[in-house]
Amino acid sequence: MSLSPIIPILLVPVGSAALLALLPGYRLTARLNVLASVLTFLAAVALFVLPRPEPGNYLLVDDLNIVFIVLNCFVGLTAALFSAGYIGHEIETGRLTPVYVRFYHAMYQLMMFGMNLALLSNNIGLMWVAIELATLTTVLMVGIYRTHEALEAAWKYFILGSVGIALALFGTILVYVAAQPVLGDGTPSMVWTRLVAGAPRFDPALLNLAFVFLLLGYGTKVGLVPLHAWLPDAHAEGPTPISAVLSGLLLNVALYAVLRFKMLVAAQPEALAPGPLMIGMGLVSLIFAGFMLYRRRDVKRFFAYSSIEHMGIITFAFGMGGPLANFAGLLHMVMHSLTKSAIFFGVGNAAQVKGTQKFAEIRGLSQSHPALGWGLALGILAIAGMPPFGVFLSEFLIVTSTFARTPALALLLVFGLLLAFGALLLRLTSLVFGPPEGSEHPARAAPVALYLHMAIVLTAGLYLPGPVEHWFQNVARLLG
Amino acid sequence: MERMAFDTAHLLAGGLVLVSFMMIYQDRLQALLNTFTLHAVVLSGAVAWQAWTQAAGHLYVTAAIALIFKAIIIPSALTRIVQRLGIHREVEQVVGTGLTMLTGMGLVALSIVLMLHVTSKATAFAREDLAFALSVVLLGLLMMVTRRNAVSQVVGFMSLENGLILAAAGARGMPLVVEISVAFSILVAFIVIGIFLFRIRERFDTVDVRALDSFRGERR
Repeated sequence: MSLSPIIPILLVPVGSAALLALLPGYRLTARLNVLASVLTFLAAVALFVLPRPEPGNYLLVDDLNIVFIVLNCFVGLTAALFSAGYIGHEIETGRLTPVYVRFYHAMYQLMMFGMNLALLSNNIGLMWVAIELATLTTVLMVGIYRTHEALEAAWKYFILGSVGIALALFGTILVYVAAQPVLGDGTPSMVWTRLVAGAPRFDPALLNLAFVFLLLGYGTKVGLVPLHAWLPDAHAEGPTPISAVLSGLLLNVALYAVLRFKMLVAAQPEALAPGPLMIGMGLVSLIFAGFMLYRRRDVKRFFAYSSIEHMGIITFAFGMGGPLANFAGLLHMVMHSLTKSAIFFGVGNAAQVKGTQKFAEIRGLSQSHPALGWGLALGILAIAGMPPFGVFLSEFLIVTSTFARTPALALLLVFGLLLAFGALLLRLTSLVFGPPEGSEHPARAAPVALYLHMAIVLTAGLYLPGPVEHWFQNVARLLG
Repeated sequence: MERMAFDTAHLLAGGLVLVSFMMIYQDRLQALLNTFTLHAVVLSGAVAWQAWTQAAGHLYVTAAIALIFKAIIIPSALTRIVQRLGIHREVEQVVGTGLTMLTGMGLVALSIVLMLHVTSKATAFAREDLAFALSVVLLGLLMMVTRRNAVSQVVGFMSLENGLILAAAGARGMPLVVEISVAFSILVAFIVIGIFLFRIRERFDTVDVRALDSFRGERR
């Protein structure tokens, strides 16, 4: 246990959060933030190499969450890199003061801690507390600019997030009530591995009700329609590194929680099948977001709706279930995280050089800032589902597996995908091509993180290495 | 003795639902805060009673948190905010009190029917407790959607949270209840500090959420 990488994965973020809160000087703290993220990422990678610890009462490492932890730490690291340049610009323009930056870095690490803890937890109570912590820290960061819009976004996020969290807790309590007669009083009835083992003997009616509450509660955090209202505001008004982390990671963490409970309910054959509920919410989110994309004038808000759309696709895929759809869902989750955070890195740079987030005032990036403009174009093409990127692969798999089973649903799915595709191409032409508009100052930093992410997404689309594919298939079977 | 334990738990949980209804028709902020204090006191009693009947020492901590934090610290902090911001006036409601009360009754009926149906195999203790707890949760949600004022939304959220603590305390032997109530207290403390720190009054001249809406990013 002493060699276990779990300990640094959790302790490095907490320790550095405390340290960053105390240290002055934004250059130093930005570097330390990156360093802490590198250490956490290395520890996460070590999970693959070192033997896994036995699942305890609180923590667990298995095939499912290891993917998420590594992804989480990786995007956490690239976002920290991006954030270092971004924050420097914000200090120079006076949008943030050094005191706020200190606070920001501490919150950043605390958020990483909350997400890692949620992913590692084997205890449904602990998972709930961790997700609450991650929510709370992001609320504070969304409101950090203290403008009217930022405060409104933070407040809305806060209220809706709290309601979601409260509903999720009620669902968690119901799971406990269902488990307690079978597994006995106390901690065993909250340990996920034991819950899954005992689930066939749980009261199905209670599990049904619990799942509805959990889906609504954590679904609020995933950004599923009709509980999505906080998401576009929070993405648009917060600092862009946080938008990247919100879209790329926090939504995944919430969806991961839904998946865990889905596996639990699926283990009791007499309980209602969780699939149709997830399919319904997924499709509604996809099509609703598809329509909403056309009316956005704010770049970050636009891509926030695109996140709702993709979360809808992923929820749909997991709702369909079966090895192929689950495989595609998992792959899409990873590809979406990487691509969307890359897009936010690009958008953040573009918004900083142009000094605005409005589509109308950001045009012709490929001429004024070639590296940034082409990187962003790659990202938008990828997220729209164009081959040869990884997103195409996963969307293709979702569509074909759905066509094979229920063609009617597949038609709706394709309709939603095409809607979003149209909106994305429309915006791509105005953002990247045409005569440049606004400031032509060179960007502060080269978009390294953006190209790194896009390289991974492209590689995954062209060639998925055998062990990785095997791994995903294994997890997909686990998900049932 | 078993009977007595059950009846008292029933009485206290039912009392919590009653106080939730009382909060719905309060139309002044100060009165609302006073009623919330009563809500927290009743919750504290209900949790302490559960602690005694289940012989679960850790629940006394939750009861104490409810009493000290929610019945004393938070109401007095919110009272100060209300006075500082000068919003003793009437609370605006989106829909009328009568309609809200009727909706509330419907919600309570719904949760009782739902929970009693679903928990047919659980013990009577847990069943009644969960039914009442869900009622309190739904009434809290109702209050959050029918009020426009930020302070009363916070109060609505806290009453919702009281319902959750009641449910957690009633679930026999549930671990982490103390941790969860601490986590919730931190959350609430953040909201209250947030109202202070972000100086919603200074920036908006009101804590009316409708005013926040007018600053929406997506202006057309």
